[in-house]
Formats: sequence, C-alpha cells, structure tokens
Amino acid sequence: MSDIHHLTGAYALDAVDDIERARFEQHLAECEDCRLEVASLREAAGLLSETTAVTPPPALRESVLAGIAQVRPLPPIVHRTPVVQRRWFPLLVAAAVVAILGVGAALWQPWAPSQDSSLTAAEQVLEAGDARSVAVDLGDSGSATVTRSESLGKAVITTDDMAPAPSGKVFELWLQVDGEMVPAGLMPPGEDTQMVLEGDATTATAVGITVEPEGGSDQPTTEPIALFDFSQAV
Amino acid sequence: MDHIRAVPDGAPSPGAPSGAVPADTSAAELAELLQRSSRGDEAAFAQVYDATSSRAYGLALRVVRNPAQAEEVVQEAYLDAWRSSSRYEPTRGSALGWLLTIVHRKAVDRVRSAEAATQRDAVYHRETQQVEHDQTAESAHASLEAQRVRGAVATLTAVQREAVELAFFGGYTHTEVATMLDVPVGTAKTRIRDGLIRLRDAMGVGS
Repeated sequence: MSDIHHLTGAYALDAVDDIERARFEQHLAECEDCRLEVASLREAAGLLSETTAVTPPPALRESVLAGIAQVRPLPPIVHRTPVVQRRWFPLLVAAAVVAILGVGAALWQPWAPSQDSSLTAAEQVLEAGDARSVAVDLGDSGSATVTRSESLGKAVITTDDMAPAPSGKVFELWLQVDGEMVPAGLMPPGEDTQMVLEGDATTATAVGITVEPEGGSDQPTTEPIALFDFSQAV
Repeated sequence: MDHIRAVPDGAPSPGAPSGAVPADTSAAELAELLQRSSRGDEAAFAQVYDATSSRAYGLALRVVRNPAQAEEVVQEAYLDAWRSSSRYEPTRGSALGWLLTIVHRKAVDRVRSAEAATQRDAVYHRETQQVEHDQTAESAHASLEAQRVRGAVATLTAVQREAVELAFFGGYTHTEVATMLDVPVGTAKTRIRDGLIRLRDAMGVGS
C-alpha cells in the first residue's frame, strides 16, 4: 500500500491516466500527508513556468475578458462537496476494466428452490436463477463481488481479504438508481464479509463503495473506491 | 534539459520576488483579486489575467506547441478559473499555482487527445521556430525569479530533470515516461517525485 504514496509527483504533474487519477484521488481523500505533498509539489511545478513565460497575443486578453463576462462565477462551497454524477465516470471505466480482468462466477444451482427458507437472505440471492455478479479487484486491498438477483430485487456484496476502512471511517454502500446514489447500508467490519444491500436493487445500474465518516453519510462525500457496474455483470 | 533553459537570461529585474508571483503583483494581492473575481468583479479578474497570462500562455504553448491551440487552452483555463474562483483556498497554495494547475491540466488533456497528438508532431518544427523567435522578445520575463528557478532546476540530477520535463512540459504520463526512458515504471515515478521534491526544497516553497 505504501507504493501509492509515491504517485504524488506524477499526480502533481498530471502525469497519470484517468484511472490512476481516480484511484489516487480516492487515496488523497484519506491521506493528509499526500494531500500536503501534492500541494507543495504542484507549487514547485508551477515555478517551472517562470522559465517559459511568453507574452500572449493582445487579442487573447480581449477574448478571455469577453468570455468571462458571459459566465457567472460558481457559488462558494457552503458545506461538504456533493459528489456529482460525472465524477463516477472514470471509476466506471476502471470497473469495466477489472470486470474484464476478473469476474466472479455467479453461484448457481438450478435445482435449488430460490425461496428455500433454509437459506439465508444472502444465500437466496447468490443462488437465485437470475443471479449475476460483478467482481472488482482492489489490488493490495483484496477484492469484492456484488451479486444481484433482479427477481428478488436484492444485491449481496461478498468481500475477500478486503482491507479495513481507515480508523474512524466506514465503508458505505450505494445503489445507483436513475443516476442517483441511494444509501444501501454500511459494511460490517471484517476481511471476509457478506451482506445484503439495503433497498431495492431491481433497477440499480451500479453499486459503489465509498469511505465515509463513522455512521455513514446521506450522499457520497468521497470518490468511490470500487464501482460495480451491472452492465458488466455475468 | 535545454527545455527548462529555453528562455534566455536577461538582466535581473529589481524588486523582491515573492513566491512565483511577478514582482508587481504580490501573492497576497493576487489571492485578493481572485476573491473579488468570485464576487463577479471583472476588473479584478482582468488584473489577475495581466499578472499571470505570460506564465499561463508560455506554459500552454510549451506543452501544446501550437500557438492557436495554446490560446484556446489559455482561454478555457481562465474561463474555468473565473467560474471556480470561489473554490480557490488561499491556505492550500498560491493563486498563481492554482491557476497554473488548471492551465497545465487543460494543456495536457489537449495533447493527449489523439487528434491533437498527430497535429503536435506535424507542426512541431515549424512552430518551434516561431516559439524561439517569440521568446527572444521575452527578455523582460527573464526575471530574477526565473534565474532562481533555473538555479533550483540545476540542483536536480540529469535523470530527474529529464523525467520531470517529459512529464510536465511533454505532457506524458509517468508510465509513458518510463517507456521512453527505458526504465521500470517505479523508477520513473520516483525520479519525478524526487526531482520535484528537490526543486521544491531548493525554492523553499510549501514548507
């Protein structure tokens, strides 16, 4: 895990691809040291432009000032930053990539009655005839698989050797429904856990995991560490 | 390494430099101007532009290489800066650094689009001529500050400087840099980071 800290320099210079950027920003949300280092390295990088200064054509000033006259400055951020939908996009790409790399096979037993009362709620989903799974490899942090049964309207997350949330933080699950992130419960601590997501997963297009303050949040406050895109489910 | 020395040395300008801000607009003034901009003050933003545009344009030009594209990048970046000026936090860094981060990101996004990438190579030689010509007229910008930066850059090892330049001015990702230099990915990443840390410490910023 310590290796990711060394990406501060490349990140400060925009020398990362979209997937690395999304992952590193997730790390930055949790790592004060890296945030400070990135800020100071960006400052240092900015100094390099001192050596390449070139006076722009005068017409550029006019077009810049004409351009801003037509745009209202954004309001300040009054409380916490809402996570806008499009910021999930790079993670969707990442999720697609990892989904291709490693997809957990759905557990499927055609002879098992899907509503067998001897099965736990999680098992009912996992063994449903229409169960479909998406796995995300979290690298050094283990892996996780989300399985959904549309007929049961439920999704289950199963983690394997997953690193715990940072102290004072929890992993919160989200169902993406109609482009909105709906809270789907907090993950229980433990490296290998399984839980049924809260809420109706029938029409969800994806499941996300974010790191949230203890007790969870009403909406995601950080970039997701993992996104399970149901369009990639098999 | 010649890249970083592209601007010829000129007579040191009088006046104490403060951070990376031109001598005639202090870092604090620039932050204040940006704050006024966030309240819709276009005249304040015009001053921000005047104090920073040669840095912004020179950086964009250096990365995208094509003057017309550099102008587009700069225009987009200033529009972004105007829109998001309320999001600038003085406690987290200088206003100039904040602005240049926006410019650099836009410039890098531009060169990474496949369309621009082919153009960049095609026009490189022609535009290089023009850039060098323009830069000779830039001796006014070869300030004391620029000399300090060049001195700080000289403290980097040759391999650090090469990696930092390819990433910052070339707009290449660290993995691309590793491939270009034929070194492991981890090595390129470390050279970039160590080089920047050395530059930062030599310039005494962010401490």
